Amino acid sequence: MFSRMAPRGRSGLGRSLAELGLLLLAILVLLDGTVLSLEAATSSEIDTHEGKPGTHKNTSKKSFPVLGIKYDDVSVPFEISLWVLLASLMKLGFHLIPRLSNVVPESCLLISVGLLVGGILKLARDEVPPVLSDRIFFLCLLPPIILDAGYFLPIRPFVENIGTILMFAVVGTLWNAFFVGGLIYAVCQIAQDKYSEIDLSNIGILPCLLFGSIISAVDPVAVLAVFEEIHINELLHILVFGESLLNDAVTVVLYHLFEEFMESGSVSAVDAILGLVSFLIVALGGVLVGAFYGILAAFTSRFTSHTRVIEPLFVFLYSYMAYLSAEVFHLSGIMSLIACGAVMRPYVEANISHKSHTTIKYFLKMWSSVSETLIFIFLGVATVEGEHHWNWVFLTSTVVLCLVARVIGVVGLTYIINKFRIVKLTTKDQFIIAYGGLRGAIAFSLGFILHSEHKKIFLTAIITVIFFTVFVQGMTIKPLVELLAVKKKHEAKRSINEEIHTRFLDHLLTGIEDICGHYGHHHWKNKLNRFNKKYVKKILIAGDRSKEPQLIAFYHKLEMKNAIQMVESGGGSKLNSTFPSTVSMQNIQPKIHSPPSARPSERALPQLTKGREEEIRQILRTNLQKTRQRLQSYNRHTLVVDPDEEGFDDLILKKRRMMELDWKVCKTSSHKSSNAIYSQAYVKPGAENVPTIKIDLASPQSPDSVRLLDEVVQDQGLTMSLPSSSSRAYKTSGKDDGRDQQKLLRCLSDPGPDVDDDEDYDDDEPVPT
Amino acid sequence: MGALKSTPAPIEHHDLSEKTGFSLRQIRVLHKRFKQLSDGDDVLRREDFLGISSLKYNPIRKEIIEAFFNRRNFSPSCEGRANEIDFEEFLVVMSHFKPPCSKMTDEQRKNIRREKLKFIFNMHDSDGDGLITLEDYRHLVEELLSRSGALGKETSRAIADAAMFEVARTVGHRDPDEFYEGITFEHFLKLLSNFDIESRMNIRFLKTDVIPGCRLG
Repeated sequence: MFSRMAPRGRSGLGRSLAELGLLLLAILVLLDGTVLSLEAATSSEIDTHEGKPGTHKNTSKKSFPVLGIKYDDVSVPFEISLWVLLASLMKLGFHLIPRLSNVVPESCLLISVGLLVGGILKLARDEVPPVLSDRIFFLCLLPPIILDAGYFLPIRPFVENIGTILMFAVVGTLWNAFFVGGLIYAVCQIAQDKYSEIDLSNIGILPCLLFGSIISAVDPVAVLAVFEEIHINELLHILVFGESLLNDAVTVVLYHLFEEFMESGSVSAVDAILGLVSFLIVALGGVLVGAFYGILAAFTSRFTSHTRVIEPLFVFLYSYMAYLSAEVFHLSGIMSLIACGAVMRPYVEANISHKSHTTIKYFLKMWSSVSETLIFIFLGVATVEGEHHWNWVFLTSTVVLCLVARVIGVVGLTYIINKFRIVKLTTKDQFIIAYGGLRGAIAFSLGFILHSEHKKIFLTAIITVIFFTVFVQGMTIKPLVELLAVKKKHEAKRSINEEIHTRFLDHLLTGIEDICGHYGHHHWKNKLNRFNKKYVKKILIAGDRSKEPQLIAFYHKLEMKNAIQMVESGGGSKLNSTFPSTVSMQNIQPKIHSPPSARPSERALPQLTKGREEEIRQILRTNLQKTRQRLQSYNRHTLVVDPDEEGFDDLILKKRRMMELDWKVCKTSSHKSSNAIYSQAYVKPGAENVPTIKIDLASPQSPDSVRLLDEVVQDQGLTMSLPSSSSRAYKTSGKDDGRDQQKLLRCLSDPGPDVDDDEDYDDDEPVPT
Repeated sequence: MGALKSTPAPIEHHDLSEKTGFSLRQIRVLHKRFKQLSDGDDVLRREDFLGISSLKYNPIRKEIIEAFFNRRNFSPSCEGRANEIDFEEFLVVMSHFKPPCSKMTDEQRKNIRREKLKFIFNMHDSDGDGLITLEDYRHLVEELLSRSGALGKETSRAIADAAMFEVARTVGHRDPDEFYEGITFEHFLKLLSNFDIESRMNIRFLKTDVIPGCRLG
């Protein structure tokens, strides 16, 4: 999701900046330390001051404090901001050191920084503030990451592999929990370590199982952090990632189950069955709560066309409410958040403006990035802070058992799953899935809130496993992926042909299933789509867009992307680079059922060479830009009309014109015959057929400005003025000029397709930053 | 599945099984469906397909039905169209949708891919001359979008044009003098090289069960 590419060729500057960064870090930490001790000092001063009020007043009059320090009031926000600033500066720093970020994954670096900071704080003040409280973690740090993941979840691969993902998430986690829990208990009973102060055999079976359930869950934060740097193929990514998201339900249930059992002291068969029922309720309940809030959000977004500025807020608020509501009922908050994001996205994106969409995207990325950074740093700090009970037997056996359990689980499950899959999972895939089972901060927080007498040793073990998986597995997974030549993600752009064929294949397979009389999953998918289109979209999507099919939305998105590319490549001066081949539409000949005699003449060369085309484009461009500059509008309730966004629409217009140009330039007419054919075939002298683009800026005034544009363009007579200027430019034989003029007239008079500059509809691929 | 009799399968079924790669059970099930569609007859005609109710909503219904009658799908050397097909030809067309077996060599995989893509190519190429022209493509996009109400021909034309443009670009540099008549099969293969058709174009025949309710009318 985030692309973290190291900058090149600035290593010298980078190193000095990194040192500066470290210096800054040290300063910040010391500042924090001194500020906090200052707080203690001022509070003590106040105490002494108040202690003898009477005497003081009599003896001296305090002079007016010109400059004072009052840290108490702002201490909490100040510290929070300081931590976030530290985290962000660290992130900045890593990317300035090019080689480091290639070798070591960011999560490792951040944990190391956390360790460092924790160590410094401990030395400076002999006591570290417990920053990773579970409330902060579960309520503030975790939701943005999960929402980001859920909102941009690639639905198609997720749903196609849902069976596999569920198998791994549910059965795999259960297996891990019981295997590790059970065997650790066995180890505790057997091991007799005379040198440690803890008697391991005291640890009962239930605490061991509880411990097993905490440590068995694959962590989404860690998986995201590591996997997104290795650019692995989509299937493996979605399998491991999906598993890490869905196993939350299992973890929640097991955790509460074992905690209850520990308190009540005994387990019965009824309890086990209730546990199973509770799992279904937790999972399905979470999903339902999320879906409910998602639909509410979609419905709300239908009415936001007049208040575009707060659209993103609805998305965030509803999602957060979904998470909190699920937590209230002890349902799975993560699943609720994922369901909310996934359900609301197609409808919300059809309703909101382009700017809101960008806002949502960037806010989510920003928050999740900061959260992730903070989590890892706090993990490091908390490691230094906590009291640890080192027991080598326990620790090493935990790590080994986790690894073994994971491998056996994955291999066993894959064997069963492959019987049902069309695309089987190979050994390489299994290895990556097993190796990618990283543990992270969720396990730590769950351990933190344990109320067990063995909490300390459990916590130490959890931290050990986390460190092992993040450092060892995280660092080595990248070289292993290279070594095993695992298929990487293709970075190829989705082509429109592939999109057309995806849709085509859907319909084809549904049709064949109907012919066979077989109610396969295409049949049901088709039914769901029809239901969606007929009822749901009408309710949840405002206006006309409820009817827009995905293919068109995809096409518009592609156009937008191309236009954006053009802007970034220098405002169209390098237009040819977007379409690098010498092919232009002039080469694509529609099959004309014309008499064979006309054929050879059709093959004549186009009269316009590349140079002339470029000049025409230049003229078009300048004309359009002159028009645009008059149309800035501003309103307090809208965002300032962004010149860049104007540029996009501009360029789409231009591009369409160019395509039409190329296309029309050598249409199916014979050059031998004279102008008579032209004037007969294309009668429109074209003042009225300027293509219109409806722009949906974040402004209620936009329809007016668009209309203004149309009028201005037509008034300027773009279509008419051109031939004269172009004929001025190229002095060739009169006959050619005549033909050129006619051609240009034809080009510009052709009504381009109506384009609605709509927002993204189908953002299947992860968005690169 | 209770309707399957326990009589031994006729000899033709064994031959067909070898030819198309279906199992005997699958052939029996498909034969039953064939009989159902053709009303007991030995050949299927176009009208028989039109009777399937759930096919009504399918935007590319006509192309799918045509694909069954397109001789080029029966064997690579045939040409033209048939007006009625028998069970063997029905099976051959269906065999294009078989899931791939787990252990395949690269060579086999490539062949299967070619077969499936050829099937789709034949569906696009309406006049059978081996080229998909711009008109064919436009027609295709129009059909795909035909269910979405009055969206206008211009958008579908624009999409088809853009797609064709993309093909021409992907295929490589061409002399500006040359005209690009249409997409040949080789270009089509190259175009969809990233599209994993061998794993997507499948119907799970293993669990095919002719449900009595899902019938004609």
